[in-house]
Amino acid sequence: MPSLNDYLILSAVLFTIGTAGVFVRRNLITILLSIEIMLNAVNLSFVAFGRAFGTIEGQIIVFFVMTVAAAEAAVGLAIVIALFRHRESLNPDAFTALKW
Amino acid sequence: MMLLLIPLFPFLGFLVNASIGRRLSKSVAGLVAVAAMVASFAVALTSVIQLAGLPVESRAIVQTVFTWISSGNFTADFTLRADPLSALMILVITGIGSLIHIYSTSYMHEEPDSEYARYFSYLNLFASFMLILVLGSNFLVMFVGWEGVGLCSYLLIGFYYVKQSASDAGKKAFIVNRVGDFGFVLGVLTLFVRFGTVDFQQIAHAASALSPEATFGTLTMATMLLFVGATGKSAQIPLYVWLPDAMEGPTPVSALIHAATMVTAGVYMIGRNAVLFSLTPDTLMVVAVIGAATAFFAGTIGLVQNDIKRVLAYSTVSQLGYMFLAMGVGAYSAGIFHLYTHAFFKALLFLGSGAVIHALGGEQDIRNMGGLKDKLPITYITFLIGSLAIAGVPLLSGFFSKDEILFKTFSSGHTILWVVGMLTSLMTATYMFRLVFLTFWGERRHAVVAAGHDAHGHGHDAHGHGGHDAHGHGDHLHDAPKPMAFALIALTVGSIFAGYIGLPHALGGSNRLENWLEPSLTAPHVVSAQLAPATMEPTPSTEAAPAAQESHAEEAGAGVELGLMGLSSLVALSGIGLAWFFFVADPKRSDAVAESFSGLRTVLLNKYYVDEAYNVVIVQPLKATSDVFLWKVVDAGGIDGVVNGTAESVGGLAALLRRVQTGSVRAYAASLLLGAVLVFGYYLWR
Repeated sequence: MPSLNDYLILSAVLFTIGTAGVFVRRNLITILLSIEIMLNAVNLSFVAFGRAFGTIEGQIIVFFVMTVAAAEAAVGLAIVIALFRHRESLNPDAFTALKW
Repeated sequence: MMLLLIPLFPFLGFLVNASIGRRLSKSVAGLVAVAAMVASFAVALTSVIQLAGLPVESRAIVQTVFTWISSGNFTADFTLRADPLSALMILVITGIGSLIHIYSTSYMHEEPDSEYARYFSYLNLFASFMLILVLGSNFLVMFVGWEGVGLCSYLLIGFYYVKQSASDAGKKAFIVNRVGDFGFVLGVLTLFVRFGTVDFQQIAHAASALSPEATFGTLTMATMLLFVGATGKSAQIPLYVWLPDAMEGPTPVSALIHAATMVTAGVYMIGRNAVLFSLTPDTLMVVAVIGAATAFFAGTIGLVQNDIKRVLAYSTVSQLGYMFLAMGVGAYSAGIFHLYTHAFFKALLFLGSGAVIHALGGEQDIRNMGGLKDKLPITYITFLIGSLAIAGVPLLSGFFSKDEILFKTFSSGHTILWVVGMLTSLMTATYMFRLVFLTFWGERRHAVVAAGHDAHGHGHDAHGHGGHDAHGHGDHLHDAPKPMAFALIALTVGSIFAGYIGLPHALGGSNRLENWLEPSLTAPHVVSAQLAPATMEPTPSTEAAPAAQESHAEEAGAGVELGLMGLSSLVALSGIGLAWFFFVADPKRSDAVAESFSGLRTVLLNKYYVDEAYNVVIVQPLKATSDVFLWKVVDAGGIDGVVNGTAESVGGLAALLRRVQTGSVRAYAASLLLGAVLVFGYYLWR
């Protein structure tokens, strides 16, 4: 039976992987996937806390996060497709027009 | 009766002509303006009749229109007040104003419709402001009128604004008046600081209650400053320079604004504050000396000028000097009397000169005139009577008022000023009859001095070509058309008979005008004390009561007064004789004299080089200071520097900060992460 600490370590590892993915990958779709990993790392820590303290709130909030994440993925993918049609590229460094 | 209606009628006329005037035909626009003035005159007349029916000690109609300023324990209401002094003024303004409006309908008839309406809108606006000036019961209301007439004066001098000299003259009048107005404002502020009110009655009351020692400092300063304002508005030394140039305006404007009404505002203002000025003998002395000096000085210039309107302009300055002389020797009612008679004959003279100019198609140089006596009989006779009146020929209006001033000057012991006044009187008769003889007598001189014609720049040249030339250069000159003739004749009647309301005791009169003005010129409580016994008597004798008290002094002076009258009549006639001797009997004599005094003549022709001196001493240094220091250092360097510096430093900071916005999404994400780490780190390790 893994302890709360184990879950939290796993969560932190997943979060770090996600963060690293956001920063190092050059493909917008991969970056979106990395953000999903980060969100699920947080979800994992929520349910772990909920189980450890015997309360329901941890699991409720995870449902909210999942809903928002689904919406975010839909919007994000739509933007990515629109960008691709526009520039024929998925590299975020190609989209720097919004600057001084 | 609503006093407010008196200035309101001309103001409505102004609104009509200023807004829809350009779409109205000339006859309608002129009718609106004239009707406004006549209505105003009717209301003024009924007000004055009502005023005359009131008992002497409470002879004033007051109407508070609204509370203008109310701050702490200071209030200034927009209050109109008709008392004997302002009653006389409103009659002069609306009466002579109506005549001049009627005259203008004909005189300005060759202007296009829109210009015609513009002219009448200005003229009505002027009348409205002038009435506010004289009806105002405190300094602030007076100041509204004071500035308003200055504005209208500017607008009307520069009426032919496409002409450089006219727009320059307008600016000159406005700027010179500004100097005077600055003094006026300071004077009002001084009085306000001293007495805490700007109401004429309250100030007079408070000032007359002061002990003689207490009146010296502040009060003298205040009255001096007010007099500075008067020198600007009424064209006295040193601020008279704008008035001769103001002749660039249309001639009826010169008659109304620059002869009969506006320029007398300074005299009126001193009369209005007679109580205050009486308490400050030093100021009065200055007023008298400046008045006499201006009268003399302007008279000498008037002797040699060749432009018909300029001669009249210098004559106006000179006559205003007489009024100030009267004010300065404490003969307030004499000064107001001269203001009143002068309004008639000077308006008449200007309108007469306008008729001449109109007939000659814009010619203003008297060297190119002559022989108009038979061609323009109405103009000639009215002009002649006006000249006789201003020269001081016995039994005409100018004689009584001028003589009153000279007598009061003499009897109050100002012998030197009296001598100056007499000399001026001689010159007045001479230059006026020089004008009459050169214009109307002798042979017609066609364009003798074409060069001079160009050099002067005349009011009519710029606009009147089509209409005036048509009948101007033919040999059959038209005399004044009906409306002009009507105004001329009405003013002639005034010039003859206006003096009889002030018939002096020495000639068997009772000087009704002086008695009438008495309540306005003395302190309120003094009046009531003086008249307390009189009110118990039956009404007819109330007016005679103060006169009876003075009668002892008058009897002693009557012999002297008669003698002086004889003397000044003699002076007037000899002045006319002198003009005849030089310009009719043998015109070569005047040339000979001009030759032998050519230096003096040049100085006089150039108006003592006062304009040039002002230019060198004031205008050029001011321009240089403005140009080199105020503009290039203070404005361009200092003020612009602060404004631009602020903008530039903000811009520089922004140029640094905008580097942060790279447009790279991952850079933003990195800063987000960094921020989150820092915030968490702070809470974890604090």
